[in-house]
Order: sequence, then structure tokens, then C-alpha cells
Amino acid sequence: MLIIKDLHAKVEGKEILRGINLTINAGEVHAIMGPNGSGKSTLANVLAGNTSFEVTKGEVTFNGRDLLAMPADVRAKEGLFLSFQYPVEIPGVSMINFLKTAVNESRKYHQLKELSAGDFLKLMREKKELVQIDSQLTNRSVNEGFSGGEKKKNEIFQMAMLEPKLAILDETDSGLDIDALRIVANGVNLLKRPENATIVVTHYQRLLDYIVPDVVHVLYKGQIVKTAGKDLVLELEEKGYDWIKKELGE
Amino acid sequence: MSDQNSLLNEVTGRDYRFGFVTDIETEVIPKGLNEEVIRLISAKKEEPEFMLEFRLKAFKKWQTMKMPEWAQLKIPEIDYQDIIYYAAPKQQPKYESLDEVDPELLSTFAKLGIPLEEQKMLAGVAVDAVMDSVSVKTTFKENLAELGIIFCSFSEAVKHHPDLVQKYLGMVVPPGDNFFAALNCAVFSDGSFVYIPKGVRCPMELSTYFRINAKNTGQFERTLIIADNDSYVSYLEGCTAPMRDENQLHAAVVEIVALDRAEVKYSTVQNWYPGNKEGVGGIYNFVTKRGLCKGESSRIYWNQVETGSAITWKYPSCILAGDNSVAEFNSVALTNNFQQADTGTKMIHLGKNTRSTIVSKGISAGHSSNAYRGLVRVAAKAENARNYSQCDSLLLGDHCGAHTFPYLEVGNQSSIVEHEATTSKIGEDQIFYCNQRGISTQDAIGMIVNGYAREVINKLPMEFAVEAQKLLQISLEGSVG
Repeated sequence: MLIIKDLHAKVEGKEILRGINLTINAGEVHAIMGPNGSGKSTLANVLAGNTSFEVTKGEVTFNGRDLLAMPADVRAKEGLFLSFQYPVEIPGVSMINFLKTAVNESRKYHQLKELSAGDFLKLMREKKELVQIDSQLTNRSVNEGFSGGEKKKNEIFQMAMLEPKLAILDETDSGLDIDALRIVANGVNLLKRPENATIVVTHYQRLLDYIVPDVVHVLYKGQIVKTAGKDLVLELEEKGYDWIKKELGE
Repeated sequence: MSDQNSLLNEVTGRDYRFGFVTDIETEVIPKGLNEEVIRLISAKKEEPEFMLEFRLKAFKKWQTMKMPEWAQLKIPEIDYQDIIYYAAPKQQPKYESLDEVDPELLSTFAKLGIPLEEQKMLAGVAVDAVMDSVSVKTTFKENLAELGIIFCSFSEAVKHHPDLVQKYLGMVVPPGDNFFAALNCAVFSDGSFVYIPKGVRCPMELSTYFRINAKNTGQFERTLIIADNDSYVSYLEGCTAPMRDENQLHAAVVEIVALDRAEVKYSTVQNWYPGNKEGVGGIYNFVTKRGLCKGESSRIYWNQVETGSAITWKYPSCILAGDNSVAEFNSVALTNNFQQADTGTKMIHLGKNTRSTIVSKGISAGHSSNAYRGLVRVAAKAENARNYSQCDSLLLGDHCGAHTFPYLEVGNQSSIVEHEATTSKIGEDQIFYCNQRGISTQDAIGMIVNGYAREVINKLPMEFAVEAQKLLQISLEGSVG
């Protein structure tokens, strides 16, 4: 589904990604872990097409197509979803209007009929139940005045609405209490399909107690330095990132 | 960053799509302005003596006045002797049905998407279409007449209701008020007149579409709205103009008088031709709009969405004379390319317990300049007057400018005056967030701008609100259609 080859990227002149290689197949859950500043969020943003980051080298194919050649909105319409670490507020734009536009833009792109207001609201009700989001939130402006936990739940709700092929969860666990964490993780698990894939970007192991990864990668200084099965999470938890640094001879 | 700017340039740099000129025979008088021309205008319109006197008095004042220079505007020199001051579509007299109206004119309205046929059928909207200077067709007049409501062209009002015109004309905006108002008083050709009798609630939104058409013709509209005791009316003004190479002058005057407990809501969607991407052409819009809350507990609301004109100089204001009177000014002003706007309001509190609210939302894109200028004055006798002002500016890109000039003059200790101002840029992170959900940059900007302006758009009557939302989005593309 996603093949990343020798990906390099800069932000504000500083090289953050220094040769990432990664292959993700349909049905898999990959965890990308690593200490702060290792490039985890940069990787998530580069894949989503954030123009603040400059790709200097490498290639990425998504379902056989050149991902880097697509503008961000096309990547989204092709089925790539990013759950933001810090979702922004858009004052005055209602969640309903925002999501209706998003869903229908994607439907148009795939030459499907736009959803009527009635069908859209019905879909929204179903998905709200699925991810257990407070129905009041969708009557407000996009993320405006939402608590940290509400914002993260809202991200998962949007993911449920858009039904992406590849979901990238960028530090979705940060700022969540244990109940919210469980709800969010539960939502992600319910949305899992054999034809979809998920990348969980996280610093800690606790989200991975709920969303169990098939493959775990450790990102360090812009490179993937270790790849293993889910047991790597426990090992990291026990030994800390210093263990990786030691292994690398630092 | 530079990617973002080039995208912004792309979506804000399109052409105006309403550029067309209608070929209708027009009766014009020669260029230039002098006493003879004014007498000729008055004679052509078969006006009573008091109107001619009003015009001549204003002309004398105007000759002693200078164009105001205090605005944050660069106004090219205007040669007032190079303007035609009167143009009327031929094919007189008036028509009883649409079948008799020049088909060319009807197709112009069709191009604008406001065919009269449809307008007639639109629930509750009476249309008085003003094209150039003479009112062409007034609909719904009979229904309104049953309630005693007068809604007609200004010329008709002068003919059939001279007492009302003589009593109220110039009461709110006197002939010598300012340079452009004086010019309007001297040469105005036509406009709209509304009178709502005592205790009557006007059952429909009254609406006028203005257009500028005859070549080189300055347009000087005059609108007078009188709401008698305990009455209510909602008035809509909307306009588009065809493409022009030379600049065109537009100096309208709107006067509103609200008597005891009367309520007047005046909503505008303004979309005059703004000039091309390089800033060539476009309308100069120098408007004087003022309401007088004359009676106790009277209310006047100005709601406006401004996206057009090369230069806008406009301050819809209210004089709160009656005790307990209320005034509101809600405005969205959008400038793009090389447009310049200096706009705002004046709230003059004279009566006791008067309340005014100002919500101004400026949006600047391209190389445009957008200034808010607001005056709140509380007179010594205006016990317990209250004002709340909120002025927000939104910038798109790095080449535009926004300025806020609030003036507060408070002469009474018991009054409360509050002012808040913010300036923000559309965040790249907001656009990226929308992109990531599959929304294109162009749609994202339209959505974010509409969200920002929602507070004001929500004040507009329903059908206007929909139009205004589209207009904001379209204006940022630099085109209309």
C-alpha cells in the first residue's frame, strides 16, 4: 500500500528525515516510536503533504501512485488521513459544514453522488455512536473551544466519517486521560479493515496496549534504526530509548 | 511558505466575470456641471420648485467645498466637468407589464441572475429595479399600496408625494454635509422612496437592484426611507456593474428616518466592478448613508457585505436622537487585488439610554488596502448611553494592508463605551488542516473567510445571506458568476 524509499526532508533548512525506508501492506498496523525530536511528526506531516516541510530526496508510492506528486487535498481524497497532534481551530466554520464539504469533495473525486443533507446527518449519527463522541461537539465550530481530549476524539470521529485507506495517528495519545485513551483506541480498532492500514506514531507504549501493532519501528535521528514485532514495545518500555542509543554505539 | 503565497495569488488573482455592457439607447445630456445643467435635470424630471431650489442650494455649497483628503485612500484626480450628470434609458413612458419592457434590459437582469419574472415570484420580495437613473419597473406595488406603504422611484415620490419629500429630504443628510453628498443633492437623478405608515409592519423585504450602465455617466442615487410610528421595514440593496475601462464615479445618498418605536433594517450586498487584477478601471464609490433614530425607542440596523468597487468611501451612520433608541452596524468589507476601502460608521448618541453596536470585519487580500474608521460620540445629555465596538481584520498574503481608526468622544460620565480590535492572518495550518480532509486550498480559504464573517452574515435576511456567502468566496477568486 505504502512504500517509502530513502526519504529525506528538511524544515527551515534543517534536515530532519535522513533516509527513511518503510513498506506497509493492507491490513497492517505499524507503530513508529522514538525519542522526542527523532522526526516522527515530520514523517507524518511529509506523508500528508504539509508544504512547510521540504522533501529533498526519495520517493513514496501510495497504492501504486506517486504520493509526493499529489497536493495535500488529493492525498486525502486518495484515502490518506492524518490525525493531528495539535488539531487547529477554525472559528465560525461548523463541524457539520466542514465535514459535509470534506465527505462530498472526496465522493466527487471518486465520481460518487454527493450525499444529501439527510443522508449525511444519518451517517454522522452512526459514526458518532461508533466513536462515542459527544453529539454537542459536532454542533460547534471546528475544534473551537474543545478540550485536548475532545480534539483528539474529534480527529477519530473525522477518520470514521472519511473511512481512509491509510490512517496516520500522530501522537494521538498525548494529552489524553485513560478513559479518553480507551475511547480513542477503541474507535481506531473498530475502524480497522483488512484492506486498510494504520500508522501509530507515539512516544509511549500505553496507546499500544490498546492498539496492538503488527510491526514496530524505532525512529532515531531521522532514520529507522530498529524494526521488530510487537514485543519491541515492551522491551523499549523496560529499557528506555537509551538502550537503542547504546546499541548504536553512542 | 512561498508555495502558500503563490496559491493565494492564484485563487485571489482571477478576473471579474460580470463584465458586459448592455446596448440600450440612452438619452444623455452633455458633459459638465453648471447651474444650467442642474436646471435642465430638474426640468427634464418635471420637478416642483422646491426641488430645484434644493438642488441649486446644494450646488452653491458644493462649489465652495473640497474633496475630503483624510481617508486612507489614494484617489486619482476626478474631473467633475468630464462627467455626464443625467442619463435615462429611452422608451418612455413606464410599463404596466414586463412584456412591454425592453427585452435587452430584461436579458441584462437575466445575466445577473436576477430576472424580474423570478423576482416577482420570489416569496415576499418586491423589486424596484433601477438601471442607470430612471426606475424601470416596480413590482408588488399594489399589494403594498393596500397597506398604505409607498415604495416607488424617487421621481414618482416627488410627483405624487411632494409633501413627504419636502418634509424629510435632507433632514438626515443636509445638502452641505460633505463634498459628495452636496454633489449628490445637486444632481441626483433618481433612486428609491419608501414610506411605511403608522403601525404597519411591511410584510415583505423591499429590494432594489442598482446598476451602472451608460458610458461615462456618474451615478447619483438618492434613497429616502421613512418609518412612521410603530412601523417596521426591512430594505435590501444589492448591485453589480458591467466592466469598464475608465473609472466611474458613484456618489449615492441614503437617508433613513425612524419615528417613535419604528424599526428599519437596511441590508446591502455591494459588488460594483472593482477594476482588473492590475487595479485599472473599477467604480469609485463615495456614499453617504445615515439613519436618524428620531423617535423614542426607534431602531436602525445597517448590515452590509462589501466586496466591490475600486475605491470605497462609506460610513453608514446613525444619529441616536430619540431616548432609548438602538442602532447597529454590522459590516464585512472584502478587498482584493488593488482595491481600496476606507469604511466604517459613526454612532452619535444624543438621547438618554441609547445603545449602539458596531461589528466590523475587514478581509484584505492581494495588494489591497482596507481601513476601518469609526466614530462613537456621546453627547453631554446622553445619560446611560452604551456602545460596543468590535473591529476585526483578516489578512490573506503578505502584500495587503489593514488599518483601524477608532475615534471615541465621550461627553457623559454615565455612559459606557467599549472597543475591541483584532488582526489575524489565515493560518497555513488552518489551510493544511482543510487540505488534509480533502478540501482544496481555494475552498478552504472561502470556508475560513465565511466562518470569520459569519457573525455578520447571520444578520442578513436569508436569501441575501446565501448570496453574500457565495460572493465572499467568489470575490477571493477575483471573479463573479
